Amino acid sequence: MPLSTHLPDAEALCIALAEAMRPHVDPTATALVGIHTGGVWVAERLHAALGLKMPPGSINVSFYRDDFSQRGLHSNAKTSQIPFDVEGAHIVIVDDVLYTGRTIRAAMNELFDYGRPAKIDLAVLTDRGGRELPIAPSFCPHSLSLPAAQMLALERAADGGLSFRLITE
Amino acid sequence: MQKSPQLNSHGELQHLLTIEGLPREVLTRILDTAAPFSEVAEREVKKVPLLRGKSVFNLFFENSTRTRTTFEIAAKRLSADVINLNINTSSANKGETLLDTADNLAAMQADMFVVRHASSGAPFLLAQHMAATGRDHIHVVNAGDGRHAHPTQGLLDMYTIRHYKTDFTQLTIAIVGDVLHSRVARSQIHALTTLGVPEVRVIAPKTLLPTGIERLGVRVFHDMREGLRGVDVVMMLRLQNERMQGALLPSTQEYFKSYGLTPEKLALAKPDAIVMHPGPMNRGVEIDSAVADGSQAVILPQVTFGIAVRMAVMAMLAGN
Repeated sequence: MPLSTHLPDAEALCIALAEAMRPHVDPTATALVGIHTGGVWVAERLHAALGLKMPPGSINVSFYRDDFSQRGLHSNAKTSQIPFDVEGAHIVIVDDVLYTGRTIRAAMNELFDYGRPAKIDLAVLTDRGGRELPIAPSFCPHSLSLPAAQMLALERAADGGLSFRLITE
Repeated sequence: MQKSPQLNSHGELQHLLTIEGLPREVLTRILDTAAPFSEVAEREVKKVPLLRGKSVFNLFFENSTRTRTTFEIAAKRLSADVINLNINTSSANKGETLLDTADNLAAMQADMFVVRHASSGAPFLLAQHMAATGRDHIHVVNAGDGRHAHPTQGLLDMYTIRHYKTDFTQLTIAIVGDVLHSRVARSQIHALTTLGVPEVRVIAPKTLLPTGIERLGVRVFHDMREGLRGVDVVMMLRLQNERMQGALLPSTQEYFKSYGLTPEKLALAKPDAIVMHPGPMNRGVEIDSAVADGSQAVILPQVTFGIAVRMAVMAMLAGN
């Protein structure tokens, strides 16, 4: 598991992401939905930094993944929780790393099972390239290019600090 | 012990035939997986697309309303196509009928069979037959076979206990009633002992207990008052009148007097004890209405949890 010295600073990216979003969110009407697990942590940060009134939601997309027939059901006890009315809402989907776009598609499919949002945006800390679907982030303060054999994972330390780790398969 | 026929070469669940022999990790994984499925029922659209395009056949060779309905709802909430077949048969050649039926349905591109059968081992026979004929991509779920097993009921009971009591290793649990005829009791006992419950009691008259039940790791009581003392969970069983042969009981009134769960007997259990029943209940036979409708009863939550547990089982099988 070699560590790269070029990994982005997750904490700094959280701040940069919040600033990029600030002019485009309505604190009383915009709702965040984090994707388990890293996206939920980032959504919590953004929620506090932007002072949003709507409680952040979370989704576990494993029931909507398009690779179910190849990979089966991933053991994941995380529950989707959408504590606001999706119908007509402005929702920002939040994830840590944008890669193929399949997770985002699954998240959008899932959100539509709760109602019809007026608008969905996508906020990610970093875009690692390798898209397989026509999906682009609305807010993304950083990008890098990684080979398919490497995975960029967000981790949370005991004190709540966020950092990236590079995992080579 | 031989490798369980329910697990594939990776140790993953291929069929769900019985709880007996399943490792604790598999049981825990099913319970963990069921938790997020319980939330699907609270959505605007009560459906997830996991089994979209799959055909699930409910093969009920024995009557059941609740179990068949909850399997049907579970499969539909997973977006599967569900076909219900109620096959009432009194034929002596049940095995042959079962396999013939299954062969026909397999020819219609079935993906999963949910089987209830009066003969113990029928779902096992079906799973074996599918493997022997090179159709092991078809999954079999036992929805109750004879006196043998009712694994999804046992699992939903475990889910219910975990929901209210959290830690299995701190509990004393009593199973009360007609253990002799009960596939539910067998599945419950295997699940409870596998999950580490230190004391599992069975409370029943001698005539309604199979011989050698102690070998399953349970403590036997014939006096209900004695057996209920200090328990955390009371799991009632239905008195299975339709399976009774000969005079195992003097009368149902007499049975209620000795083994019916009344508020007075329940008071001997811990004050926060929960009362479970797999349904359908015989009120005034094994359970008093005051208990069945009382604040300690979790009988209706069991039904709700049953859907999430069956969704988890079907989704896990379909993905393996």
